[in-house]
Amino acid sequence: MAAVESVGIGAAARAADLAHQRVAFAIMTAFFVLAPFVVYPVFLMKALCFALFACAFNLLIGFGGLLSFGHAMFLGTAGYACAHAAKMWGFTPEFAILFGTAAAVLLGIVTGLLAIRRQGIYFAMITLALAQMIFFFYVQTPFTHGEDGIQAVPRGMLFGLIDLSNVMVMYFFVLAIFLAGFLLIYRIIHSPFGQVLKAIRENEARAISLGYRTNQYKLLAFVLSATLAGLAGATKALVFQLASLTDVHWTMSGEVVLMTLLGGLGTVFGPVVGAFIIVTMENYLSGLGQWVTIIQGSIFVACVLAFRRGIVGELGYWLKKPL
Amino acid sequence: MTEIFGVSTQALFGQLLIGLINGSFYALLSLGLAVIFGLLNIINFAHGAQYMMGAFCGYFLLLKFGIGYWWALALAPLIIGLIGMIIERLMLSRLYQLDHLYGLLLTFGLALIVQGLARNEYGTSGIPYDMPAALTGGQNLGFMFLPNYRAWVIVASLVVCVSTWFVTEKTKLGSYLRAATENPALVQAFGINVPRMITLTYGFGVALAAFAGVMAAPIYQVNPLMGADLIIVVFAVVVIGGMGSIMGSIVTGFALGVIEGLTKVFYPEASNTVVFIVMVVVLLIKPAGLFGTQR
Amino acid sequence: MLQKRSALLVVSLAFAAGAANAQISDGIVKIGVLNDMSGLYSDISGQGSVFAARQAVADFGAAAKGLKVEVIGADHQNKPDVGSSIARQWYDVDKVDVILDVPTSSVALAVSEVTRDKNKVFLVSGAAASDLTGEKCTPNTIHWTYDTWALANGTGKAMVKTGGNTWFFLTADYAFGHALERDTAAVVEANGGKVLGRVRHPFPGTDFSSFLLQAQASKAKVIGLANAGGDTINSIKQAAEFGIVKGGQQLAGLLMFISDVHALGLQTAQGLVLTEAWYWDMTAANRDFTKKFQAQFPGKFPTMVQAGVYSAVIHYLKAVTALKSDADGKAVVAKMKATPTDDKLFGKGTVRADGRKIHPMYLFEVKKPQESKYAGDYYKLRATIPAAEAFRPIADGHCPLVK
Repeated sequence: MAAVESVGIGAAARAADLAHQRVAFAIMTAFFVLAPFVVYPVFLMKALCFALFACAFNLLIGFGGLLSFGHAMFLGTAGYACAHAAKMWGFTPEFAILFGTAAAVLLGIVTGLLAIRRQGIYFAMITLALAQMIFFFYVQTPFTHGEDGIQAVPRGMLFGLIDLSNVMVMYFFVLAIFLAGFLLIYRIIHSPFGQVLKAIRENEARAISLGYRTNQYKLLAFVLSATLAGLAGATKALVFQLASLTDVHWTMSGEVVLMTLLGGLGTVFGPVVGAFIIVTMENYLSGLGQWVTIIQGSIFVACVLAFRRGIVGELGYWLKKPL
Repeated sequence: MTEIFGVSTQALFGQLLIGLINGSFYALLSLGLAVIFGLLNIINFAHGAQYMMGAFCGYFLLLKFGIGYWWALALAPLIIGLIGMIIERLMLSRLYQLDHLYGLLLTFGLALIVQGLARNEYGTSGIPYDMPAALTGGQNLGFMFLPNYRAWVIVASLVVCVSTWFVTEKTKLGSYLRAATENPALVQAFGINVPRMITLTYGFGVALAAFAGVMAAPIYQVNPLMGADLIIVVFAVVVIGGMGSIMGSIVTGFALGVIEGLTKVFYPEASNTVVFIVMVVVLLIKPAGLFGTQR
Repeated sequence: MLQKRSALLVVSLAFAAGAANAQISDGIVKIGVLNDMSGLYSDISGQGSVFAARQAVADFGAAAKGLKVEVIGADHQNKPDVGSSIARQWYDVDKVDVILDVPTSSVALAVSEVTRDKNKVFLVSGAAASDLTGEKCTPNTIHWTYDTWALANGTGKAMVKTGGNTWFFLTADYAFGHALERDTAAVVEANGGKVLGRVRHPFPGTDFSSFLLQAQASKAKVIGLANAGGDTINSIKQAAEFGIVKGGQQLAGLLMFISDVHALGLQTAQGLVLTEAWYWDMTAANRDFTKKFQAQFPGKFPTMVQAGVYSAVIHYLKAVTALKSDADGKAVVAKMKATPTDDKLFGKGTVRADGRKIHPMYLFEVKKPQESKYAGDYYKLRATIPAAEAFRPIADGHCPLVK
């Protein structure tokens, strides 16, 4: 509302910042359009899905100040719903993804209503507990086939016309989804709603005293984050043609925290960079087995002690422009 | 023979006793975590790894120095507690003025490193650690056969839990500690060395984890991942009990053991998940946990 | 004249050799060993399997036969998504021709699908799911070392025949545990035994005392452990604590490896009955392989999974050499099915039409500590199950390849 809209002095500075971010966006998009001709596209698609997941997570923690330990439940639920729809009900890919995302939205509303009432570590623990219950549910229900997962999910024909089994076609479809999700998050962050969210993160008591119904804002942020995480999960299920328990396990929730922290909490491009680095590391170091966990742990420690702004955060600090 | 829901009362008593034994384990494990969070406001995600380090330390003491179980119960916590204090001095102390989140992430990262290194060296099948001779065998209680070691676990756990609670709630040292977390500057002004107290307290919490590890070594295989899956359950116990309350986690630990024990009889597949269901229910009704105070 | 003819001979031989090499895709046979290198099954397979593959390449004399072979390894972390994406990348980008090992049935099923889509070869040594040669069989997959049916048949049948005719199952609550329980229960009942009950524990579990108490209360003669890895080890250790074996009940480890026995120690593991396909101390050739293995992994003993990787690589290379090509996965697998197998570790065997490798299975009993004369002397042979009886009859599998 009016109190939160532009303040004269800051407007010009903010317009300059946004120009910076527009440049960064252009660079990012160019990179992703050209990369599949050089780098293995399936690897890139995996990175894009995780980047969207991390961006969705960052919306909640970086801008909303709410640490969720259970975000994997949205990634996985959407994945299972999409996989089941595509394989058993023959949905075309766009409807399967929509269906998966819708499942995540529903879950987001239910869990959000339960979790939002609490703050801080209690909020985190409730999300973890809910995620564990969801995990258990998926282990037990027959349609997920337990640890085998839903396999051989068909990619199908987009809009009934475009064959997605061609890897480059699938890549550009995934890229389109990623860019759409990213732009949506960008819009949310830079909207009045986003400003209120930041205000709540900084000082909730003051926001309440200003007349904002903070619980509603937090719930909306939670559901939006869940939706986009779901979009990432549903897309991932089609990329790999597989939906498995890994996507709902609590270590997946831990990984997204790692990606966002490494990239930079509360930055716009940070989660993308963080996701890329982690996915690349896991990919190219898979021959080293154990060392991947040790390296991940070291990154956590290093980031927290010395590198709190994350890669993009440090870059932004150095450039004196928020990224 | 009377039956309740298709299970004989005899079998049920046996299961309840086992539940109590497991509960005492949970209480012991969550104690260290509760001390560290309750008194220091640090969310110590490395607790599972420190538990594992305690068990490995016991194993090494036996292997390299021939030091048996009883001495290991005293020595391993001291050694691992010392390591904990070094970590606190070097790393954790820098994070106190920041959001809790960072302490959590740091300890989580440390846990990953320690577990990764251990797995690299020892694989995942684990290493056998023999039960101390004095505690082998068991008693036939009529409704079940109770191994002596399990009875020892209840006793040791109760002793440690009650003494810890006593020290923190009823002694002068404990009150200094509680005051220091509420207002460190003021307590420091009284001439009490607050940073040193904090370091010692963290070390104590870690030592408790290591103690639990040595207690676990004879009955659960000593393996690098032994703490990894337990850590979220232990967190749940502390949260249910109320994150500031020592008594809360002791009571919750025991109670959870019994609830889990009953679940194992009637719906065993859910026994890993019941703690989370309880946690959600408790947090919705009593937001700060059963015995906790809103911070 | 003679010179010209011999020159012609030499030139044509060179051409032939060159041509043969040219039909090997990219000039090199690339072998990928995909397994768990950091988790639950790293001791059963892990780097040991990579060693086994390399040893097989050396023993086959690939270099001497003019074949360039390379072996690489990766960790699938027991996750089907990680496994299938490594497999996909290996096939698409790294030009891997054959993938081996893959413990954890869920990953094996995923990799089997990818292998069929890309027409490469998949030789499973680590996974146990009998579906791989049943409903989910493909023309590109061969299931090597063992499967749930063979294990159930070995241990289940043997125990029922020696008096263990009432069973209680302690089952890990996931698809694999259920399958193992189902297969063993079927064998027990087919041989005149009775299943008195079962309890499913969450996977993974730590404390089994409650479940073991239920098993004790059932008074079944045999407690079947339908779980694996750390769960089996902990169940056995805690069973000893609760005096289960002393009380007269027997424990049957339905999926156990020598590495598990090693981790338990003979004091706890003695008397356990289990079925395996290979044991390091059974023949001189096995012992020789073990010595080489221990040069790299001191103190450890090779498992049947790792030996299976060796055997599979030897047979694969034989087929590729005979066909002079590794490009068409289906053709190589067909050749492997058409040729009887013979290698140092598994001896003679065959590969069936449904992709099942056939060899004898062995029923072992774990020795008492005083019976063990040297490091690794863990098993005594109780029975040999002949190859013809060891695996599920081909008709019962409902493999679509077999009409």
